[in-house]
Amino acid sequence: MARFLVLRLLAAIPVMGVVALLVFVLVRLDKGKAAAQLAGDSASPDIIARINAQLGLDRPLWEQFAGWILELLQGDLGRSIQSKIPVATLIGDRLEPTLSLAATTLLFSVVLAVPMGVIAAWQQGRWTDRLIMIFSVIGFSVPVFVLGYVLILVFPASLGWFHVQGFRSIFESVGGFFGRITLPTLALSVIYIALVARITRAAMLEALAQDYIRTAYAKGATTKSVLIHHALRNAAVPIVSVIGIGLVLLIGGVVVTETVFNIPGIGRLTVEAILGADYPIIQGVLLVFSAVYVFINLLIDVLYTLLDPRIRY
Amino acid sequence: MISRRSLASAVLLAAAALGLGGVADTAAQEKKTIRVVLHAPLRITDPIITTAYIIRNHGYMIYDTLFAMDANQKIQPQMVEKWEASADKLTWTFTLRDGLKWHDGKPVTADDAIPSIERWAKRDSMGQALAASTKEWKKIDDKTFQLVLKEPFGFVLESIGKPSSNVPFIMPKDVASAPADKAIADHAAERWHIGSGPFKFARAEFQPGVRTVYEKNTDYVPRKEPASWMAGGKVVKVDRVEFINVGDPQTTVNALIKGEIDFYEQPPFDFLPQLKKAASEGVVVRDHNKLGNGSWLRINWLQPPFNNVKIRQAVLAAIAQEDYLAVQIGDADFYRVCASFFPCGSTLESSVGAPNFAKPDLEKAKQLLKEGGYKGETIVILHPTDLKALTPLGPVTAQTLRKIGMNVDLQAMDWATVISRRAKKDPPAQGGWHILHTFWVNADILNPINNAGINASGDGAWFGWPKDDQIETLRKSFAKETDPAKQKQLVDTLTKRAFEVGLYAPIGQFQWPYAYRTSLSGVLDGPAPVFWNVEKK
Repeated sequence: MARFLVLRLLAAIPVMGVVALLVFVLVRLDKGKAAAQLAGDSASPDIIARINAQLGLDRPLWEQFAGWILELLQGDLGRSIQSKIPVATLIGDRLEPTLSLAATTLLFSVVLAVPMGVIAAWQQGRWTDRLIMIFSVIGFSVPVFVLGYVLILVFPASLGWFHVQGFRSIFESVGGFFGRITLPTLALSVIYIALVARITRAAMLEALAQDYIRTAYAKGATTKSVLIHHALRNAAVPIVSVIGIGLVLLIGGVVVTETVFNIPGIGRLTVEAILGADYPIIQGVLLVFSAVYVFINLLIDVLYTLLDPRIRY
Repeated sequence: MISRRSLASAVLLAAAALGLGGVADTAAQEKKTIRVVLHAPLRITDPIITTAYIIRNHGYMIYDTLFAMDANQKIQPQMVEKWEASADKLTWTFTLRDGLKWHDGKPVTADDAIPSIERWAKRDSMGQALAASTKEWKKIDDKTFQLVLKEPFGFVLESIGKPSSNVPFIMPKDVASAPADKAIADHAAERWHIGSGPFKFARAEFQPGVRTVYEKNTDYVPRKEPASWMAGGKVVKVDRVEFINVGDPQTTVNALIKGEIDFYEQPPFDFLPQLKKAASEGVVVRDHNKLGNGSWLRINWLQPPFNNVKIRQAVLAAIAQEDYLAVQIGDADFYRVCASFFPCGSTLESSVGAPNFAKPDLEKAKQLLKEGGYKGETIVILHPTDLKALTPLGPVTAQTLRKIGMNVDLQAMDWATVISRRAKKDPPAQGGWHILHTFWVNADILNPINNAGINASGDGAWFGWPKDDQIETLRKSFAKETDPAKQKQLVDTLTKRAFEVGLYAPIGQFQWPYAYRTSLSGVLDGPAPVFWNVEKK
């Protein structure tokens, strides 16, 4: 296992390298943008050229890339072109809101979706199963921002429950945290629940069709025991896979949710950096995202070994 | 024994209760804090290197000015105690008032004022005009300094007291010594946030693009006069002001109605009916900037066919300002047709020689196209899709040009791309442009010197780079003229010439009301939102 982990981590390096190169080249295709933002209404070609030189953006791309890689190796993600604040600080400041939203969404979704999928499989063909699947279709179909607006309309705007917007750290105020994170969590969870519930149902149906399930019933096991201890355990691998893949959806959905609910997270930082042509931030954030994906995939692979003793690396 | 189900229910109920109760968790703490959503997030903090209004608004919080404009558009002393001009108007002497201190406690002196003005003058159009007539700025003593001109300049106080971008904010000398094209945050990493204004910048709480916090400057000595626009006593009546960036206008409107924010600078016009209905929930919608804003259709003189005056005239002849204003603003209470390069309702309003923007002559426009030899060139319009005030304008222009027989390529892009492309003098097919739209706070386009669009010096002009020697001569004459009646005559002559050559097209004037909670009182009129004088119940 240790060898597997080391090899996987080493394999991540070329992956990150390719990502770094692609990100670097793509964001710098229009090198005048960042300078034009800083130059404002005085943005003559001369001033833009001077600002490009100040920012080092007039150097050859390969030279800029090499300089950036050198900084990265020293743990320096550079500084924001606009605010001059280190990118690492900006990302660090925005991590907690995004992680909080992702964690609450993940927890809420899994706690709801897995039982829903289990029940749907158990009650296959019955109205419970159909209701859960209808919910699943709706969950895939409704855009996160529409759901967000509806939740705001129903809860804070009409009932006066929860906050419309904002984020408060759980370490500052537990009430303030839940008052602000609940609605965004609900909005973001729906698609995730829909996905996990469907896959859970499919995996459970496959497991429930196996001979050992019939054997378990024959031996007098209760329905609950069969579903949870026998079927679910064997269906866990694909469920965990989709939870991991679903995190990709989650991170994408976080951008929209953060905008609707004004959560100052990494998603909004990325969008604002793109709109403001703040290359160091875009590069830093995309690198962080790709590192997160690599780590999540590794974690999922490790989890497989815990769930299924037959899987060994 | 407690069952798992009961425990789970209890946990969920507790979380819900905490969440619901969280609405009131900060009510007590926020009593003296005004939470403000402005039109853009603050990231750049130097109000001299850019004219962006968000940075101007930031500047007004932490800096002060030598002079300032009041509600009658008269220039009043602000940091200056007294001033006098010599009989020949070539020497101006200024004395700072007592009690002016930087936020770190050091006194404000002439050594700070002079480099601040000199740096500002390198970037600002009125400052550049003043600098062209300036022999020197010189210190007399710590509180007194002089401006020595080499020739008369009719707008000394109007320049150093101008209310909008670039505002001549006074900074500490080590900050103001930054080159005019280098951000103060780069030049003076430790002290760039130090000002002498009514609020202090809470640097530790600054989150660029998220939140900017200002605290009351308890050492500030306001003037005794009542506050009026940007002039008078800047008395702060709250403890803190927070500029919060909320990216979504619907969320901002909902947050304002529920009292989570107190002030919304630029609510989109299609939300005004909803906000007006929320009067019963403590929201007021009110215009505080009677001068308003002016929108432009800017033509690129360098690119064919617009290097031909007849083609430019054709575009102006085809414009119906009402079409633009109806889609941009919608509510006729907040807009008016204005056939003037300078604000309608101001002393320099002039529509001499203007086309009939209320009733365009499309046949004349087509005739002008023919006379200009229009060959069917495709007109590239830069169309930003992420700026609520400008997004509606591009399609109107596209439709207008097509009606008179022009081919149009309306290119959608974000604002960052617009400001990158507008600086390019290349042909449109290689990344340039023919037409773009913008709008200005009217305080920035009051006269031929501060209106950047009137500059017709070619390469030195604003984007579009018009070149007309007659206009430039008239501008220079205006700058030297001190008689208001003669100034108006010059403006009339300049306006006639500007329309003749198709300098650019004014496409309407509009007001943009604030929306704020009725718990706020004392919100001032003016061309920029300021938060001294504002109380919160």
